[in-house]
Amino acid sequence: MEKKTKIHAEDDRHDLVITREFDLPVELLFKAYEDPEIVAQWMGTKVLKLENKKHGGWEFETSDANGNVVFKANGVIHDFVPNQKIVRTFEMDNINFAPQLEFLEFEELTDETSKLTMQIIYKSIEHRTTQLKLPFAQGLNMAHNRLEEIAANLK
Amino acid sequence: MTSLYLQSNNCVMEIRRDVFQAIADPTRRAILSLVAIQAMTPGAIAENFNSSRQTISKHIQILSECELLHQTQNGREIYYHLNPEKMKEIDKFIEPFRKMWDDRFNKLESIMKNYKK
Repeated sequence: MEKKTKIHAEDDRHDLVITREFDLPVELLFKAYEDPEIVAQWMGTKVLKLENKKHGGWEFETSDANGNVVFKANGVIHDFVPNQKIVRTFEMDNINFAPQLEFLEFEELTDETSKLTMQIIYKSIEHRTTQLKLPFAQGLNMAHNRLEEIAANLK
Repeated sequence: MTSLYLQSNNCVMEIRRDVFQAIADPTRRAILSLVAIQAMTPGAIAENFNSSRQTISKHIQILSECELLHQTQNGREIYYHLNPEKMKEIDKFIEPFRKMWDDRFNKLESIMKNYKK
């Protein structure tokens, strides 16, 4: 199957572009970003705050099965134009990592299809590299945990 | 520095973790793009930069340690080549990031199919 989500990251730049085409009218694609309950569902996080307006703020929090908070992020919305664009910042709490700037563009392709283009700008190339590596590092941790579990069961 | 890495086939292998540090430096990226076109001697590489030969040697050494470059001997001369296999490994680092977004967007799409505009 063709990879629908594409990441474009050039070596000498400190931004990256994520693109994705959806089998959804642009109105529904945008609604998935606008409605806090729907955001919570697909992002798999609790939405504490989502003020969809210029100078509004947002706050997400994710907990593990035991109720411990594992991820907390927040930011400010700089621009919010329904069915067209969102400009916002993104910052993780309790991590010494510079905020990033995100430009989300929503585009109608046909009545039933749409495209999202998300440009993320990082403070430096090094910041971008660290961010790109996070899911890889998480996979690494999971692998370690899994190995520990297997090892524990062997005892 | 090495670390455990679980591949999709569940085979645990050792990899170097500093490949990203290697390519974070602009001079080292420039060296990689030079040798990507053709194999070069350390002297020929250094001619492309204002930095001292020693500095360039140090960069070449780091790239070699990360296996991004490999060398062949031709008479007295050492030639450095790009190791495309290692470059592919860098793509693999990005793949979990892409997969994370792809999973989220797939979920978004399936949820929104239940709604009417």
